[in-house]
Amino acid sequence: MKPFTYERPTTPAAAAAAVTRRPDAKFIAGGTNLLDLMKLQIETPGHLVDVQDLRLDTIEATDDGGLRIGARVTNTALASDPRVRRDYGVLARAILAGASGQLRNKATTAGNLLQRTRCPYFYDTYQPCNKRQPGSGCAAIGGYGRPLAVIGGSDACIATHPSDMAVALRLLDARVETVTADGTTRAIPIADFHRLPGDTPHVETALARGELITAVTLPKPLGGTHVYRKVRDRASYAFALVSVAAVIRPDGTGRVALGGVAPKPWRAEAAEAELPSGAKAVADALLAGARPTADNAFKLPLVERTIAAAISDARE
Amino acid sequence: MKFEHPAGLNPIDRLTVVGRPVDRIDGPLKTTGTALYAHERHDVAPNQAYGVVVGAAIARGRVETIDVRAARAAPGVLAVVTTLDVPRLGRGRMNYAYLFGGAEIQHYHQAIAVVVAETFEQARAAAALIRADYTPEQGRFDLAAEAGHAPLHGDGDEPVHRVGDFETAFAAAPVTLDRTYTTPDQSHVMIEPHATVAVWDGDRLTLWTSNQMIAWSKKAVADILGMPAEKVRVVSPYVGGGFGGKLFVRADAVLAALGAKAAGRPVRVALTRPLVINNTTHRPATIQRIRIGAERDGRITAIAHESTSGNLPDGSPETAVAQTKLLYAGAARMIAMRLARLDLPEGNAMRAPGEAPGMMALEIAIDEMAEALGLDPVEFRIRNDTQVDPAHPGRPFSYRDLVGCLRLGAERFGWSARDPKPASVRDGRWLIGLGVAAGFRNNLLTKSSARVELDRHGVVTVSTDMTDIGTGSYTIIAQTAAEMLGVGLEKVVVRLGDSDFPASAGSGGQWGANNATAGVYAACVRLRDAVARKLGLNATDIDFADGEVMSGDRRVPLGEAAGEGLSAEDGIEYGSLAKDYQQSTFAGHFVEVAVDAHTGETRLRRMLAVCSAGRILNPKSARSQVIGAMTMGAGAALMEKLSVDTRRGFFVNHDLAGYEVPVHADIPHQEVIFLDEADPISSPMKAKGVGELGLCGVGAAIANAIYNATGVRVRDYPITLDTYLDRLPRPA
Ligand SMILES: Cc1cc2nc3c(=O)[nH]c(=O)nc-3n(C[C@H](O)[C@H](O)[C@H](O)COP(=O)(O)OP(=O)(O)OC[C@H]3O[C@@H](n4cnc5c(N)ncnc54)[C@H](O)[C@@H]3O)c2cc1C
Ligand code: SF4
Repeated sequence: MKPFTYERPTTPAAAAAAVTRRPDAKFIAGGTNLLDLMKLQIETPGHLVDVQDLRLDTIEATDDGGLRIGARVTNTALASDPRVRRDYGVLARAILAGASGQLRNKATTAGNLLQRTRCPYFYDTYQPCNKRQPGSGCAAIGGYGRPLAVIGGSDACIATHPSDMAVALRLLDARVETVTADGTTRAIPIADFHRLPGDTPHVETALARGELITAVTLPKPLGGTHVYRKVRDRASYAFALVSVAAVIRPDGTGRVALGGVAPKPWRAEAAEAELPSGAKAVADALLAGARPTADNAFKLPLVERTIAAAISDARE
Repeated sequence: MKFEHPAGLNPIDRLTVVGRPVDRIDGPLKTTGTALYAHERHDVAPNQAYGVVVGAAIARGRVETIDVRAARAAPGVLAVVTTLDVPRLGRGRMNYAYLFGGAEIQHYHQAIAVVVAETFEQARAAAALIRADYTPEQGRFDLAAEAGHAPLHGDGDEPVHRVGDFETAFAAAPVTLDRTYTTPDQSHVMIEPHATVAVWDGDRLTLWTSNQMIAWSKKAVADILGMPAEKVRVVSPYVGGGFGGKLFVRADAVLAALGAKAAGRPVRVALTRPLVINNTTHRPATIQRIRIGAERDGRITAIAHESTSGNLPDGSPETAVAQTKLLYAGAARMIAMRLARLDLPEGNAMRAPGEAPGMMALEIAIDEMAEALGLDPVEFRIRNDTQVDPAHPGRPFSYRDLVGCLRLGAERFGWSARDPKPASVRDGRWLIGLGVAAGFRNNLLTKSSARVELDRHGVVTVSTDMTDIGTGSYTIIAQTAAEMLGVGLEKVVVRLGDSDFPASAGSGGQWGANNATAGVYAACVRLRDAVARKLGLNATDIDFADGEVMSGDRRVPLGEAAGEGLSAEDGIEYGSLAKDYQQSTFAGHFVEVAVDAHTGETRLRRMLAVCSAGRILNPKSARSQVIGAMTMGAGAALMEKLSVDTRRGFFVNHDLAGYEVPVHADIPHQEVIFLDEADPISSPMKAKGVGELGLCGVGAAIANAIYNATGVRVRDYPITLDTYLDRLPRPA
């Protein structure tokens, strides 16, 4: 960890300005991801701008019947909110499938969306990694690829986005609200929020430097049965090999999004039209063009099987 | 005391304290955080500085230059020592990798420098500034690729162990099996990483460290640093788990010593988790071929077990075939090991070395064979029980009740309800299966000493360099002394883990409990003699009970007998009983699993172990050993695997996010039953080890249960869903 300075502004625009001012500044929320990365010198900010006094920690109803979730609402608070549990069950379940109780108490909505990959080579600073050190190469390609992406990767990077929460947000068509130093706000559709790696795997989101996430909004409830199936090597406290978020309506139509397979939550609206034809059709459409490695090719049949499991869970 | 004849009746047989499920006497210290572990020893020396170890960035080759200028100039830095500053240091007797010194890099994350600073954060930040230039060499990292030309290696015994003519008997057998099984590299990942505080006083060195084997390590430190052993003191009263990873001195101790010398200050060093995995030792992967031939009635006539593993030059193989010499009957036998040269980190002992991976393979093979014969796997094992060493029929087991373990286990577990036809039981989305395996681990004898002192308050103090690695040594040693001297546990003080104390068996190979308590027994016998002499009594007709010495009508409180204090030192040494008898421990492991019909995820539902392991000194701490081992077995069966990058030559998943071990949610109800027995041939304590037995066989019981649940036989560990998803039928 490198020495850093720290400040705690009280308004979102001031926070955005504080990060914009210094090129080596970063926001810090729960710190559950950022501090680990700083200890390993994978992130080396010289200045931290804490978001905890920005009053971004409430969940409110929106005019169009949805919810606005403050950027600093903890994962625990979000998953236990009665409105979320009633109307957005897939979100509550996805969050509770992640990390541990202690971590969720600290982890925040914005921090969770912005958590970085769990590619093991990213964590070993002796290894080339285009995401950590642009242009250095990718040790994972041709190496140990079991946890990595089967689709959406590039010749520069095949890391996955590890968040469970983000998969549910993608399914629900959430929007990410932001503010910049000059007070400009915008709402980014979640589908456009995370970027595919292409030649620049270190650029992971649509955020500009210094742009602060203030909230995530959910449109009005979808109805249907909400399912989140996370498949992993142990019963708890592990990142997904594959996860499936689904909302299934009584007539068999619905939505499906995947985690653990791509550099971002993976959803293809066209694939959802196949839902009435069954899991295989949906999986084939979602994963068309997949380029798995030898040791993660199992994720393709696993996706299909997990979608089948989700459909069958929804029927029960 | 020389133990040469089977034990007769002795004071331990009273079982007023020994054999009782007493709480661990160190428990309150641990639960209140007042038992200080090595890295917390702020109390032992003032002015401590922090060292951070830098590992090599290549797996094989040479480090040419190490630029330390930026690190030296960084805030708070007191000293930097690099591997190029010192000639290659010595090695511990049982180690193959060099810990420090010289330019050669033998494996990834081999230590190349230590940075010492005022604070940990400063040392870590400065360590990141070190720049090294290497000349890499092509290494060998892929066991499967090297296995084909790996030479035979007997690990000190004959390279191929033969009884009868295996090939002929196998060819003639009406029912045969010939299968290959694999087990992966595994890491100990004990909760407390290796850590040391090093303090120099002139030319004397004290290491406050975390280590299982104090006497070995004192010698090893002397050998590595090239100094006389008398000048070295090793202290390790509490150890946060070792599993064999702390049998040896590691880079933390060596670099704390070198760092302290360079900085002129006491220095503490802890290894990071990636260094625990790539800098220290691991359990090597194996490729095991097993062939079994049997008559149609189920009698084994031929059995062969061959295992290939890899290691650094001079290294030894993982002895995964050891149990197959002894576990089942069968006239024709062949056992062999091959050792491939690999440039991965050093392979060495991890809990039940040999038997743990060996049983994982053998006990699937036995299950497969039972099925081929149309026999129940419990019955098949019972039919092939042996009461003698099959290679030397005149050499019986000292005590063996594997049959009792299997029978009682089957009854308690409800084995008869198992449907032998795989994939026949379904509970909602879950496929349900039951599995069984035998457990087997040898009982090792090794000398062990202790000192026992009695003061005028009747307080008994036991001192020995024995370690308590979370196992309960403090408690069973206190129980032994209390039983021998007829006092309550509150009158016993136990001091462990200091090389100033008499040398013990140490903790390893599940030999600690039996040997260390036997050593305390010997010292107590001597103290009883001293008390008798002091009181002018005949040692043979006195009794020690209720805090008093009794002879005829005479009763003297112990404290009074002690006068100004009495002290006795002795140890246990063994004669030929281990040669005359085969000493082993046995178990029946029973497991119920549920496998998700869609995804192939396995969840354990129930586990039972029935153990035949001599006298159980403390059923509570013994149970805790066995359930911990069963948990480790579940990890081995279902998730634990160091993933090798065969191009770059290192274990990639080198943290606890990537190397998964079971969490609470993975472990179901666990039951342990100890058969009520005592083995007078093992020691005066009539006890044996249990700490590794609980691990041996569990993995195969799980694999066999998965087969029973799904109809899919998996022969490669760990049984993660990707090893068999393509064979798992899709649910209707
Ligand atoms: C052991 C472990 C297990 C885990 N398991 C899982 C799991 O199974 N599933 C899962 O989904 N996650 C898992 N996680 C990840 C966890 O969910 C994230 O660490 C957490 O959500 C991050 O939130 P935080 O508030 O702590 O973020 P921080 O660490 O504080 O920040 C993360 C990033 O977000 C940026 N940031 C924070 N707030 C804002 C804001 N308002 N605007 C702009 N940028 C911002 C920071 O600059 C930083 O780059 C695990 C983490 C750990 C340590
Ligand atoms: S996959 Fe991406 S994160 Fe992983 S090593 Fe390659 S570039 Fe780095």
